[in-house]
Amino acid sequence: MTRRTVTSLLRAIGIAVIVIGFLGPIVWMILASLKTNVDIYDPSKVLLFRPTTANYATVFGQSQYIDYVVNSFVVAAISTAASLVIAVPAAYAMARFLMRKSANLVLLARVIPGVSLLIPWYYVFSNLKMVGGYFVLILAHMFVALPLIVYIMMSFFEQLPEELEESGQVDGLTPIGAFWRITLPLAAPGIATSTILAFIFSWNNFMFALVLSSAQTKTLPVAIFDFIGYASIDWGGLMAASVVVTVPIMAIALFTQKYIVTGFTAGATKG
Amino acid sequence: MHPLFIPAAPKTDPGKESTVTRTTPTVVSEQTVSSTPATRPTSPGVPQAWSAWANRHRQWVFAGPAMVFVAILLVFPLAWTVYLSLTDSSGSVRRAKTFVGATNYANVLTDTARFWPAVGRTVYFTAGALVVEVVLGMLIALLLWKPFTGQAIVRVAIILPLVATPVAVGMMWRLIFDPTIGFANYLLARVGLPPQPWLADQTTALPTLMFVDIWQWTPMVTLILLAGLTALPEEPHEAAKVDGASGARRFWHVTLPMLMPTVVTAVLLRGIDVLKTFDILYATKGLGGGSFHEAETLNVYAYGLSFDYFEYGTASTVLILFFALIVAAVIGLTHRKKVTK
Repeated sequence: MTRRTVTSLLRAIGIAVIVIGFLGPIVWMILASLKTNVDIYDPSKVLLFRPTTANYATVFGQSQYIDYVVNSFVVAAISTAASLVIAVPAAYAMARFLMRKSANLVLLARVIPGVSLLIPWYYVFSNLKMVGGYFVLILAHMFVALPLIVYIMMSFFEQLPEELEESGQVDGLTPIGAFWRITLPLAAPGIATSTILAFIFSWNNFMFALVLSSAQTKTLPVAIFDFIGYASIDWGGLMAASVVVTVPIMAIALFTQKYIVTGFTAGATKG
Repeated sequence: MHPLFIPAAPKTDPGKESTVTRTTPTVVSEQTVSSTPATRPTSPGVPQAWSAWANRHRQWVFAGPAMVFVAILLVFPLAWTVYLSLTDSSGSVRRAKTFVGATNYANVLTDTARFWPAVGRTVYFTAGALVVEVVLGMLIALLLWKPFTGQAIVRVAIILPLVATPVAVGMMWRLIFDPTIGFANYLLARVGLPPQPWLADQTTALPTLMFVDIWQWTPMVTLILLAGLTALPEEPHEAAKVDGASGARRFWHVTLPMLMPTVVTAVLLRGIDVLKTFDILYATKGLGGGSFHEAETLNVYAYGLSFDYFEYGTASTVLILFFALIVAAVIGLTHRKKVTK
């Protein structure tokens, strides 16, 4: 074998290991969600088992589980939409007017540990009798979505040429009009990217809902966590519940891959 | 352009401009384009004056709402946490509290039972996970740098862990790492190795959790570094090749120095999040990080103090110290970034 074939063979093996290493556990989780608990207790039964939907029946048999799915969706959708409305213009202003200090304040929200905000929030909102309601939960999730959107959109606006706006202003548009009619449509891919990422991060958020939600407003990650509150774990049910929370988000990710990649790498290459 | 990294870059082709002008006018454009004064019952001067004012101050009209939102939800609570850290608040935040000065800080900083071990675990977990994520992320990025067949499946394989819900990821690995029924020990048995306790033992729990974090987040480092690699100029690399430099030498002396700013960014972004890891720790080990606090990092400790033991004064003290640690790490790395530039 020449050196070249050895290298490409090693590379192929490396790539195979990557694919199996990252996808294998997810496949295992999905398979386990389709097994009876008897089959789960025998790890040698990797593929040879009689699939069952009983675990999903258990999960959705809990009268409120559909509600949790709805809660997760509503909270993620509204907090993402509301964050977009205030974060996109803010990112534009911060990028165009080089507002470094203001940008740092917003990005501080990405740095601070969430627990340090939860105590004051809990205090204020429980005095207002609002803990457990959707409003507080959406507000908390906006706190996740907003800095993320500002961060992604700032790097997008920084790449947009200013000349188009300027020519719009020459044609009689006001600066805000030029932003609305020229810059914003051009930033559509960035808005799509930040929408998808903000939704995913809100959907996946655990800690805020753990403290701020009630039995009625509980989101899916908290619902999964509550699944293990008993003496023995119903592994099949737990895996089915985990699949129910992850698979929708993975499906979204599969159809929006290039946006996900852009979002995770936003601002990373400008040095 | 690397096929794994197709940025949704803004298009500036002239065809786009026609769609731009077709955008439906809304409140903003109505006020800014002064072609519709007849439809307004009020004097035309008022909206125009408002519009002129908004345009003149658009910097703050645009940035203001977001900054007010962050200020209300972040700055005031942070100030309040500082205040609480100076009181003996516990039980219920509404209960009367006494100002105790730096007592909490003295107590926490001399607490060798819970606080300092938690600091040690936080640093250990962060450093360990971060180093592996960056090295492994770099190796994978280099492996995927040149195009190959089957890229689509690899792209899927590195995106899916990133978007998976961390609590579910924690549960998934909890089953795989279960000492008796887990696939991990089954695999070890098949290759003739002794079974491991994984999450169940106080010495192996934290390294196992580091593995889970590495599994989920190495792809993020890979994506960032791949973006950086793709953006590198070709010439220095080609020149080194012509000069006869081997692959490894080209990497150390040409590629890596040029890629350094991107590496620092990846370390910074990932480092902040690893320091704050909570979901997988709490989902797998629960309250107090297990019976021996084996997975109790600062974040888990502070959460437990706040919402399981209701020791708000102490919790706030721990949080302020934790926050100081994070800010110090960020400033240190940002400084490093400026130096490498």
